[in-house]
Amino acid sequence: MTLIIEQCLNGLQFGLLLFLLAAGLTLVFGIMDLVNLAHGSLYMIGAYFAATFAAWTGSFVLGAVLALVATLMVGMAVEVIAMRRLYGRDHLDHVLATFGLILFFDESVRLIWGPEGMSLPLPSWLNRSVQILPGINYSAYRLAIIVVTLVVAVLLYVLVMRTRMGMLIRAGASNREMVGALGVNIKLLYTLVFGLGAALAGLAGLMQAPILTVQIGMGENILILAFVITVIGGIGSIRGALVAAIFVGFVDTLGRAFFPDLLRMVLSKDAASTAAPALSSMLIYLLMAIVLVVKPEGLFSAGQK
Amino acid sequence: MTGWLSVRNIMIVALLAALLLLPVYVELGGNRFLLTLFTRIVILALAAGSLNLILGYGGMMSFGHAAYIGIGGYAVGILAHEGIFSGFVQWPVALAASALFAAVIGALSLRTRGVYFIMITLAFAQMAYYIIAGLARYGGDDGLTIYKRSQFVTPIDLSNKVQFYYVCLALLYGSIYLIWRLVNSRFGLVIQGSRSNDTRMRAIGFPTYRYRLVCFVIAGTLCGLAGALLANHTDFVSPGIMYWTRSGDLIIMVVLGGMASPFGPLFGAVALLLFEEMLPFVIKLVGTPFFGEAAARASEYWQIIMGPLLLLVVLFARRGIDGLLAKVGAKVRAKVST
Amino acid sequence: MRKTLLAASAALVFAAGPAMAQQKTIKIGFVSTFSGPTAVIGNDMRDSFELALDHLGRKIGGLPVEVIYEDDQQKPEVGKQKTEKLIESDKVDFISGYIWSNVLLASIKPVVDSKTFLVIANAGPSQVAGELCSPYVFSTSWQNDQTPQAMGLYMNQKGVKSVFLIGPNYAAGKDMLAGVASTFKGKVVGQELTTWPAQLDFSAELSKAKAANPDSIFVFYPGKAGVQFLSQYEQAGLKGKIPLYTAYTIDELSLPLQKELALGVPGTQEWVNDLPNEANKKFVADYIKKYPGHKPSFYGAQSYDAVNLINSAVVATKGNLSDKEALRKAMEKANFKSVRGGFKFGNNHMPIQNFYLQDVVKDAKGDFVLKTVATVVKDGQDDFHAKCPMK
Repeated sequence: MTLIIEQCLNGLQFGLLLFLLAAGLTLVFGIMDLVNLAHGSLYMIGAYFAATFAAWTGSFVLGAVLALVATLMVGMAVEVIAMRRLYGRDHLDHVLATFGLILFFDESVRLIWGPEGMSLPLPSWLNRSVQILPGINYSAYRLAIIVVTLVVAVLLYVLVMRTRMGMLIRAGASNREMVGALGVNIKLLYTLVFGLGAALAGLAGLMQAPILTVQIGMGENILILAFVITVIGGIGSIRGALVAAIFVGFVDTLGRAFFPDLLRMVLSKDAASTAAPALSSMLIYLLMAIVLVVKPEGLFSAGQK
Repeated sequence: MTGWLSVRNIMIVALLAALLLLPVYVELGGNRFLLTLFTRIVILALAAGSLNLILGYGGMMSFGHAAYIGIGGYAVGILAHEGIFSGFVQWPVALAASALFAAVIGALSLRTRGVYFIMITLAFAQMAYYIIAGLARYGGDDGLTIYKRSQFVTPIDLSNKVQFYYVCLALLYGSIYLIWRLVNSRFGLVIQGSRSNDTRMRAIGFPTYRYRLVCFVIAGTLCGLAGALLANHTDFVSPGIMYWTRSGDLIIMVVLGGMASPFGPLFGAVALLLFEEMLPFVIKLVGTPFFGEAAARASEYWQIIMGPLLLLVVLFARRGIDGLLAKVGAKVRAKVST
Repeated sequence: MRKTLLAASAALVFAAGPAMAQQKTIKIGFVSTFSGPTAVIGNDMRDSFELALDHLGRKIGGLPVEVIYEDDQQKPEVGKQKTEKLIESDKVDFISGYIWSNVLLASIKPVVDSKTFLVIANAGPSQVAGELCSPYVFSTSWQNDQTPQAMGLYMNQKGVKSVFLIGPNYAAGKDMLAGVASTFKGKVVGQELTTWPAQLDFSAELSKAKAANPDSIFVFYPGKAGVQFLSQYEQAGLKGKIPLYTAYTIDELSLPLQKELALGVPGTQEWVNDLPNEANKKFVADYIKKYPGHKPSFYGAQSYDAVNLINSAVVATKGNLSDKEALRKAMEKANFKSVRGGFKFGNNHMPIQNFYLQDVVKDAKGDFVLKTVATVVKDGQDDFHAKCPMK
C-alpha cells in the first residue's frame, strides 16, 4: 500500500514537472503558431544557471530565483533575435531553425561550462524525508516540487483567466489576425509570452536538477514528452496541458514501477528487465497516437484551425 | 532543353564521377579511412533521398524516417544473430518489414496534416525505437554485433570494402534514377500537386490519400534498404540509429542539399558529413599557425557553427545547395549571353 | 597504363617500408568518455595515462610516443566508430581505454580483425574473458563478476541474511548483480535494473526496495549516478535503516560529491589508493602533485598500469612491433610493477589479483577518505577463463 501511494506521488510530481515544460510549449505553439524544438535547451539553461548561481551565492533558493530571471531574459533575447523572423513561415522552417538552435545552445553550454556537466546539491532542510501519513515517509524535496508547481499552475490560471494579458493570450490563441487588427502591440505580447514559456521551462529544469544531473542534452529527452503532452492536451490549451501532463506522469511512473513485475510473470527475468522500461515508455506514444487518430485537435483544443 | 551545360549539372556530373573513382584514389595511396567515410555518405544519401521523395516532393514532413534505417538494420542483425546470413533472405525481409511498417504508419498518419503529422510520425518512430530497445535477446540498448556480412553468390563479397562501396553506390544511383522517373511520371505529378493544394487535387478527382500512401511506402522501403546497408557497413546495430534526433539529421541533409531535386539529398549528405569530419581538421590546420594550442581546442567546438548555419539556410538559402547552384548557374548564363 | 602505375606505386611503398621502420613513433589510441556526467572518469584515466608517460620520460621502449584520445560519448556506436577511425585513419599500434562494457563489446571486432593490440583499462564483460578472448586483447582491470563476488563473500562473513539488488540495465550492470548473487549465501529478495544511462531518478526502485524489507541493499552505479543514488537513498529515509553494500559506486571521483552520504558504506575493489607497495606510493604522490586538489581513482590506476604493460612489451621486443607473436608473448609475461602489487595474467589475458574491502572514514583533517580494511579475495581468477579457447 505504501508503495502505491509513494509511486502515485512520484507520478504526480513527474507529471507536474512535465506540465511546466508543456505549458510554455503549448502557449508558444498556440499563440504564435511556432514549433519550438529549442524549448528543451531553455530547460537545460535554467538548470545550468541555477547550478552556477547557487554555487556563487551559496543559497539554493537565491540561485533558483536568479536562474529564473536569467532564463527569462535569455528567452526574450532569443525571441527578438531569432524567433521573430520565423513567424508565419512553414512548420518545416521552424523545425529546422530551432533544431539548429538546439545545436548552437548545446555547443555554447559546452564552451562556457565544459563538457562534464554540473550538479546542484540540495540544502539540508530539503534533503530529508517528511512523514506525510503515519508510516509513510516521502522526500521533502519532491513534496516541495509538487507544491511549487501547483502554485505556479494556479498563478498561470489567474494570469490567463483573470488578467488583461491573459485575455489577449486567449484571444491570440483563437484568432491571431484579429488581435493584431485590433491594435494590440503584438510584438511585445509575443516577446512576453515567449519569455514566460522560457521561464517555465527554466523552472522545470532547475527543479529537476538536484534529482537528475545537469548535463548537455538533458533537454532533448524530455522535450519529446513535452510535445506529446502538448498534442494530447490540445495545442494552446493550458488546462489540456495540465490534465495530459498529470496523466502522462502517472502512466510513465506507474508503468516503470509495476510493469516489470507484471512482465516477470510471463517472461524470463532478464527479458522482463529489458523489455519493461521500453514498453512503459512506449505506452505514452501509443496514447498520443490513439488521441491523434480519434480526436486530432487534442482533448481540450483552443479552437484555432 | 536549354542549359544542359549549367553550373549545376556540371557539379552533379563531377560529383558522380568523383564518387565512382574514389576507390581508385584510395588504392593509389590515399587514406583508407576515406573509403569508410564515403561508404557511409553514400548510404545516408540513399536514406536522405528516400526522405526527399515524401518531404521535398510530397510535402509530408515525417519526423520518424530514421525508424526505417533501424528496421532494415535490425532485420539483417536479428537474422544474422539467429544464424541466417544469406543476403537473399535478409534483404527482402528488411524491405518487406520496412514496407509493412510504412504501410501501417502511413495509413494512420496520413489522415492528419501539418504539425500533427510531424508528431504522429515521431510517435510511431519512438515506439519502434522502444520496442527494439526492449529486446534483451538482441542486445537492447547495448546493440548487436554482426559477425558476418550478408552473403550473396560467390563473386560478390560484401566484406571486401571496395566491392561493398560499389554495391552501395550502384544502389544509390539506381534509387536516384528511380526517384527521378517516379516524380516525372503521372504519379509524381499527383504527389507534387497534392503538396501544393490537396483540396484542388481531390476536387479534380484524384484519390490523393491513396497516392500519398503509396509514396510513403516506397520511401520507407528505400530507407529500409539503406538500413540493411548501414548494418553491413558498421557490422553493428543499436537502437540509437533510430532515435528521433537521427530523423532530424536526415531532414537537415535533405533541406541543406535542396529539396525537390533528385540530386539534392546527395549534395546534402556529402556536405553535412564532410563538414562533420573536415571542419575540426580545417580549423586546426588553418588556426594553429596563428593561435597554436587554442586552435586545436577550438576545433572541438565546430558544432557551434552548425546551428546558426542551419538558421541562415532556412532564412536565406531555402532551396539548399541545389538552389544555390541553380542561382549561380543563372548568373553565369546571364553573363555569358551578354 | 593504370596497372603499371599501380605496380610502381606499390613497389615504392614496399621499398620505403623497412626504411620507415627505423625512426618510429609508437601510436596509442585511447577511447574513453570525455563528455557528459561521466567525463570525470575519462579525465581521470587520461590524467593517469599522461602521468605514466611522464614517469617513462614520454617514451615507450625508448621510442617517442603519441597518444590520440577519442570520446565515445558513452554510446556503443560512437565508441565503435572512433575505434575504427583510430585503427584505419590514425593507424595506431595499441588501443587502450574503454570504460563501458557495452562500448567495448561493440568495438572489439574491428580491433581483433585488424590484429591491433588492445589493453582494456576498465570494462570487464564476461564474454571477453570467455568465448570472445583473443591473443590481441589484454586487460589491466578485472572481470565484472569478480568484484561483486568479493562483496557477496564479505556479506556472508557479516551474516547478512537477505539482499535487494539494484543496478543499471547494461552488460556490466547485469554482470555485477549476477556476481553478488553467485557468492551470496542469503536470499535475494528482489532485483531491479534501471535504464542506463538515461535514468538517474531511482525513486521507484528505492520504494520497491523499502517495500521488500531486506536486510541489505547492494548497488552498482558508476560515476555521477552513484552520487545521485546515495543522495536519493538518504532522501528516501533509508540511510541508517537498511545498510548499503556497493561495488564501484564510491570511488575517489564520486566521494568528494558524496561526502557524508558515503560514510560507513563499504565497497570491494582490486585497488585502493592506500595500498602499500612502492609503485603505488609513487603513483598517488605524483598524481596529487601534478593535479592538485585531485586524487587518482581505480580507473586511473588501471590506466597507469596499461601504459606500463605496453612499455614492458615494447622494451622486451626492442621496439619491433611487426613481430606480433613476440609482442604477444611479452605482453603475457606482464613484466612490470603494477600499482596493485602482484600482477599476473590468466590464460584469457585477464588479471589474477586480490580484492580488498574499502570503507569510507573521516581522517584527522575531517576529510572523507577511502581506506583498505581487509583482503577479501587473494589471487582471484574470473569464472570465465575456462570458456576461453586459449591455453
